Amino acid sequence: MAEAVFTARGLTKVYRSGEVEVHALRGADIDLYSGEVSVMLGPSGSGKSTLLNILGGLDRPTAGTVRFRDHELTNASERELTRYRREHVGFVFQFYNLIPSLTARENVSLVTEIATAPMKPEEALTLVGLGHRLDHFPSQLSGGEQQRVAIARAIAKRPDVLLCDEPTGALDSKIGVLVLEALDQVNQTLGTTTAIITHNASIQGMAHRVFNFGDGRITSTHVNETRVKPSEISW
Amino acid sequence: MKALDRKLLRDMKRLWAQSLAVAFVMAAGVATMLIGLGAYNSLSETRAAYYERSQFADVFAFAVRAPKSVSAEIRQIAGVGQVETRIVRPALLDIEGFDLPATGYFTSLPASGESSLNKLHLRSGRLPEPGSLREVAVSESFANAHKFKIGSRFGAILNGAKRRLTITAIVLSAEYIYALGPGDMMPDDRRFGIVWMREPALAAAFNLEGAFNNVSLRLLKGASAADVLQSLDRILQRYGGEGAYGREDQLSHAFLDAELQQLSAMSRIMPPVFLVVSAFLINMVLSRLISLEREQIGLFKAIGYSPASIAFHYAKLVLLISAMGVAIGFAAGTWLSYGLTLLYTKFFHFPYRIFVVSPRLYAIAGLVSVTAALIGSMRSVANAAALSPAIAMQAPAPPVYRRFWSGRIQPLNHVSQLTIMVLRHIFRWPLRSLLTTLGIAFSVALLVSSLFTVGSITYMIDVTFDRADRQDSTFTFGEARPAQALQEVARLPGVLSAEPFRIVVVNLSNGHYTKRVAISGKPAAMDLSRVLDLELRPVSLPKSGLALGDTLAAKLHLKRGDIVHVEILGRNRLEADVPVIDIIQSYIGLMAFMDIHALSQLLGESPSISGVHMLLDPAQSDRFFSKVKEQPTLAAMALQRISLAKFQETIAENINIQIAVYVGLASIIAFGVVYNSARIQFAERARELASLRVLGFTQFEVSRLLLLEFALLTLAAMPIGWALGYGLALALVEGFQSDLYRLPFIMLRSTYAYSALIVMAAVAVSALVVRRRANNLDLVSVLKTRD
Ligand SMILES: Nc1ncnc2c1ncn2[C@@H]1O[C@H](COP(=O)(O)OP(=O)(O)O)[C@@H](O)[C@H]1O
Ligand SMILES: [Mg+2]
Repeated sequence: MAEAVFTARGLTKVYRSGEVEVHALRGADIDLYSGEVSVMLGPSGSGKSTLLNILGGLDRPTAGTVRFRDHELTNASERELTRYRREHVGFVFQFYNLIPSLTARENVSLVTEIATAPMKPEEALTLVGLGHRLDHFPSQLSGGEQQRVAIARAIAKRPDVLLCDEPTGALDSKIGVLVLEALDQVNQTLGTTTAIITHNASIQGMAHRVFNFGDGRITSTHVNETRVKPSEISW
Repeated sequence: MKALDRKLLRDMKRLWAQSLAVAFVMAAGVATMLIGLGAYNSLSETRAAYYERSQFADVFAFAVRAPKSVSAEIRQIAGVGQVETRIVRPALLDIEGFDLPATGYFTSLPASGESSLNKLHLRSGRLPEPGSLREVAVSESFANAHKFKIGSRFGAILNGAKRRLTITAIVLSAEYIYALGPGDMMPDDRRFGIVWMREPALAAAFNLEGAFNNVSLRLLKGASAADVLQSLDRILQRYGGEGAYGREDQLSHAFLDAELQQLSAMSRIMPPVFLVVSAFLINMVLSRLISLEREQIGLFKAIGYSPASIAFHYAKLVLLISAMGVAIGFAAGTWLSYGLTLLYTKFFHFPYRIFVVSPRLYAIAGLVSVTAALIGSMRSVANAAALSPAIAMQAPAPPVYRRFWSGRIQPLNHVSQLTIMVLRHIFRWPLRSLLTTLGIAFSVALLVSSLFTVGSITYMIDVTFDRADRQDSTFTFGEARPAQALQEVARLPGVLSAEPFRIVVVNLSNGHYTKRVAISGKPAAMDLSRVLDLELRPVSLPKSGLALGDTLAAKLHLKRGDIVHVEILGRNRLEADVPVIDIIQSYIGLMAFMDIHALSQLLGESPSISGVHMLLDPAQSDRFFSKVKEQPTLAAMALQRISLAKFQETIAENINIQIAVYVGLASIIAFGVVYNSARIQFAERARELASLRVLGFTQFEVSRLLLLEFALLTLAAMPIGWALGYGLALALVEGFQSDLYRLPFIMLRSTYAYSALIVMAAVAVSALVVRRRANNLDLVSVLKTRD
């Protein structure tokens, strides 16, 4: 069995806003394995994003432990988390979060400029099938293209893990498939450990491993014996 | 270039109009600093250099007649470096083609060579030949006013004898950088000139052979001026000394000092206003930008940019805007300082350029402005750096609005929903609404503090010329004459009434407060030149006691009923204690009045007069003037009505410039504040406004939403601006006050009204510029995009 990249135990996250307490996570345990594509499925509000943010060092758990390889993330300082994100993690979000005033190539440069051994922005964009759209601004790109720029930006620094929060959530099936293909392509070429959040069950076929979420916990896990190609998925 | 820097430049391009509006406010601060301090430095440095080069004296004194041998005695005074004795006497001039009598200050040059103190700066020609009786050098402004060239001639009545003089030199003198004629309020170069002649010629003319009546000294470094003044007074008292005085009482020097004081007051009061407003604006623009870019900031953090690098990114934007402001400010400041310098050359006669460009001043002005901007940006930049990456990734929650008065009272039934939206919006962002209001208030304040001078000057003129000094003309004799001299003057053609006065130079003291002033003796039945009390009622002077101007009384810490010690200079030290019988209104100079007979008694002399005030019949003025030019005893003549006209003309010119500048500056502030605030609002509420349009509200109704908010904020700003302006004006009046003059503090209601109207116009223009955007709102694209 492959080595565990993330090991999280008993993760709890409580949001407090005034007198209301929201339990986003209630003791979740999870292991993600090196080189695998994992899909996290579950209804809206079940804590998927919260877990992913904690794994990616954007947020800290209220209780529980989380390790990335030999890094203890649980009590890391803001400075350590910044370094961790900079060196190891790539993010892709539902709303692409491109910088509107920068072109596709420049959006990717944003990352390559601060990474230690990045690929060329052009290389990353070619990998996601956008080698011909280098100098377009986000406003000149379609939703799927924007998301692929976001993926290129996330993987250009050759991260150890790629964390995607509903990457196809804002896209229709045909365009969404192109994005999934890009993710699959990255996983195959670079061997990047990838986690994809979705509430779209048809996507689970492309994963090595699937986690089902419910009410702040992981309710079940299964391994796909055979994986489906993204091009065969539709919704 | 780094991708982040590219984003910066593109942000800047997108925000150019707003950035420029901020930059202009900042530029106004930089410019006022450069103008105020720059002119201050230029003027004071040029003056110092000129004084040094021309050996301008430190101490001056007049006497009636002192033998030349006394000069050796003066040289012995401890601390005295150089001594020069001269003959200086005023005399009437008769200039062909110029009907009015002019006054010349006749000043002696040594028998040969040039003076050792107060050296002349030769503009053209050569100094009069030694031994020449008719050759003269004249001051440049006087020569220019009459288009005199080398070789031109004019007449003068020297001690009763008419003489034709030939100009051999046109010169400048450090003693007359500001050349104000006797009794004038503004320099009038046609009616006042300085004339230099060889000493033997003047000595012969004024019966002063082997004697002098004026001495100037240059002190050694570290000498005590006060001690030298005392010793000099002691020596000269036997010769009718009128009291020695230092540079601070030398007229030209004192006027330059007053100007310097005004400049420094201006540069202390004005630039901070602009700096504060530009810090406001930076804060407003940046916090908006940062709330708009929350997600981008979150992303930077998510991909590993440190808080410090994000803070620096936004600080750079501030630096860019500041750089723009400073650059514009440098350009405008340099240009305006240059303009001011040109204006100065009209009043102040320097031999060389007085425009000094000091790199240090520029560096300071730039640094101060950038620092103010950075301080203004601190809060927003810190917020940006502190944004948590996870929170930044979520869209901001819709802002929480509140119902008024907790919704308990509903007095607004008849008010439309749109109006309620406006009110809620104002109170939803109280800080921004407050800053906008304060910004507009500053603009109003600036105008109030400038426009009030119109009212104050009008009032001062009214009090001085229509109520106090109502004479048309004043004669001054060469020396005091018996009281019967009044009749000679009254008999001149066209003199409707004549009123004598007596001038005596004294030292007034109260404890350790002391001041050298002239007491004016006036007749009991004064009607032309009157003395007014603080309520502007004419005062009649009792048979004894002094009436003091309020400025002088304040300086000496005296009030009505106190006793003041009077020391009469040049009279063998006559001293007396005299009661202060009244405190009276004074705007120009330090005033002290006494009954003319009481003054004669104090002096122990038979009644005598120094000059006569007159009311003239305009129909006979030609005959009057031509007769005057033949009067042997007259030395100087003031023409108050002509002087007033000149004064008003000059003031009007200067005030128009001043008002234009201030209206410009105030508009820059109003526009900067309102434009930025409106743009931000508009961007924030584009979705809301578009939704309203989709719901069927008209363009007018929608833009009214924005305009109404600014109308309300502008209204709220008025009283604040008036109050701030009142304070600023008061500070300026205090800062401008000098021994020479004082502006009354008169705040007319129309000043408030004009200030308000001008600012409202500026606000309306800026709001309308933004309204055009509201009208061109692209509904589909606004609603399609995610917030
Ligand atoms: N910053 C926050 N403050 C308060 N509640 C939050 C915050 N973020 C998430 N939550 C709540 O936590 C729960 C889990 O949210 P999330 O992890 O985003 O769910 P998912 O991604 O599975 O839809 C939800 O009920 C959500 O409302
Ligand atoms: Mg989610």
